Amino acid sequence: MPEQRIVLRNCGVIDPKDISTYLSQGGFKALEKALGELAPEQVIEEIKKSGLLGRGGAGFPTGLKWQFASEASGEEKYVICNADEGEVGTFKDRYILERDPFSLIEAMAIAGYAIGANKGYIYLRAEYHHLLGLLEGAIVQCEGKGFLAKQGNFKFDIEIREGAGAYVCGEETALMDSIEGKRGEARYKPPFPPSQGLWQKPTIINNVETLMNIPPIILKGSDWFNRIGTERSKGTKVFSVSGDVRAPGTYELVMGSSLKELVEDLALAEKVKMVQVGGASGRVIPYHLIDTPLAFEGVLGAGAIIVFNESRDVIDIVRRTMEFFAEESCGKCTPCREGTQVMLEILTRFCHGQGLKQDIENLESLANVMMLTSLCGLGQAAPNSVVDTLAHYRSAYESRVQG
Amino acid sequence: MNDAPRGIEVMHKGEGSLLTLLKEAQRRHGYLPEEVVSELAESLDIPVGEVYGVASFYSLLSTKPLGKNVIRICKCVPCYLKNSQAILETVEGELGIKPGETTKDGKCSLQLTNCIGACDRAPAMTINHKLYVDLTPRKVIKILKRL
Repeated sequence: MPEQRIVLRNCGVIDPKDISTYLSQGGFKALEKALGELAPEQVIEEIKKSGLLGRGGAGFPTGLKWQFASEASGEEKYVICNADEGEVGTFKDRYILERDPFSLIEAMAIAGYAIGANKGYIYLRAEYHHLLGLLEGAIVQCEGKGFLAKQGNFKFDIEIREGAGAYVCGEETALMDSIEGKRGEARYKPPFPPSQGLWQKPTIINNVETLMNIPPIILKGSDWFNRIGTERSKGTKVFSVSGDVRAPGTYELVMGSSLKELVEDLALAEKVKMVQVGGASGRVIPYHLIDTPLAFEGVLGAGAIIVFNESRDVIDIVRRTMEFFAEESCGKCTPCREGTQVMLEILTRFCHGQGLKQDIENLESLANVMMLTSLCGLGQAAPNSVVDTLAHYRSAYESRVQG
Repeated sequence: MNDAPRGIEVMHKGEGSLLTLLKEAQRRHGYLPEEVVSELAESLDIPVGEVYGVASFYSLLSTKPLGKNVIRICKCVPCYLKNSQAILETVEGELGIKPGETTKDGKCSLQLTNCIGACDRAPAMTINHKLYVDLTPRKVIKILKRL
């Protein structure tokens, strides 16, 4: 399936520092249409019918999330854009923010109109501080043109909140705690954010890429969007490709394209051993499964694609992946805090060729406990690379058991 | 327990959150000294432990003194695949410090960081807030000389 630019439509086309170039590409026509022709419920209905699923990895239906927040009682509601992409190997949101901040602002304003929120936050990861000036400039220009000013019941104000270095803050409830100024620790759910989110008010929180799909859906209609992609995965997906490839970078493909097409045809990888799809928390796909479709039916995650060639040591990679989780676990729940540490210890033993006989079994049962009982996605997904490599590269582990 | 709203919850209406205040304090002092943490707790009427809990949670906040330039080398897998180890060894050799340490003259601190989102141009590092990509040992030496 081909490359198609929906999310990245303006990237490289407009000047991200100059709103007039955005307007000449039809910028703010979607917000105009929403405000002028559609009731908030109709906007939500259109997003629901489009089949758009969240692009941050979890794939929750965007329209449904908006509906819950819209139906929640309360005067004060919030729209949050999750620009905290900290997943290892992910840089697509950085690419988008660098090149088309205006579409994001327009999308947030549409979301605000749809759910009845006057206030939006962009939670920007601290590591992207170099983008702060550009984003602030874009917001000021949008305000200057009056796009966010009062029109009927609509009025929208956007504030940027910077993180301070914590992967777990990409998790929606940890992110909200961070905006509130606290430690970024995942909350118990329910209540879910659309009923009680930021400062206990109804809140929607959407990934940068998810929001980028909103203006074209409003302009071209849900039927148009619905025709692109697969049965369950509509539209396109933006991928960040890195590792052992000749052409690393950002690619946007129609949902359902094969991993092979992305990795070999576009990113020019050779002698591929395996691919980690979805970054550290993603799935490990061995080369013999390279035809797996990139879709919610296949593998996807947030779109981080890390390619490993035949020279790479599987267990070395898995150990490094686990080290990441052991450091980034927020420590609130025991299975994740302790599980990632213990897994790291075991994997370090294997790296030194000193695995113990019971270690493989222990890894498997520990993985099971973590996936079932961790409070948030971090602990639930942390064992993925262990589970997948035990399935596909078991001999790599067995050969390093002592005695 | 008193009934007055706790600082951390009322702050969002006005001057910003505890996290924002801590970041401002770090900008002023270079790090978060114990006295600053205590003063902040007192002025906001929240326990010191709560302020320290936030201060110690985020990797970019530091409760220990830092050098004027904080060098953070990415150690995640995509940079590792592009030999970030050589970048680390170069910086260690040039500055004579290990990760977690600061040069005696207080000019540079060296840290390892998790993914900074520049994997397409690995290996990468940041110095303070500036991003450096496509690094080679030679390039790193030049960058360090300019500090």
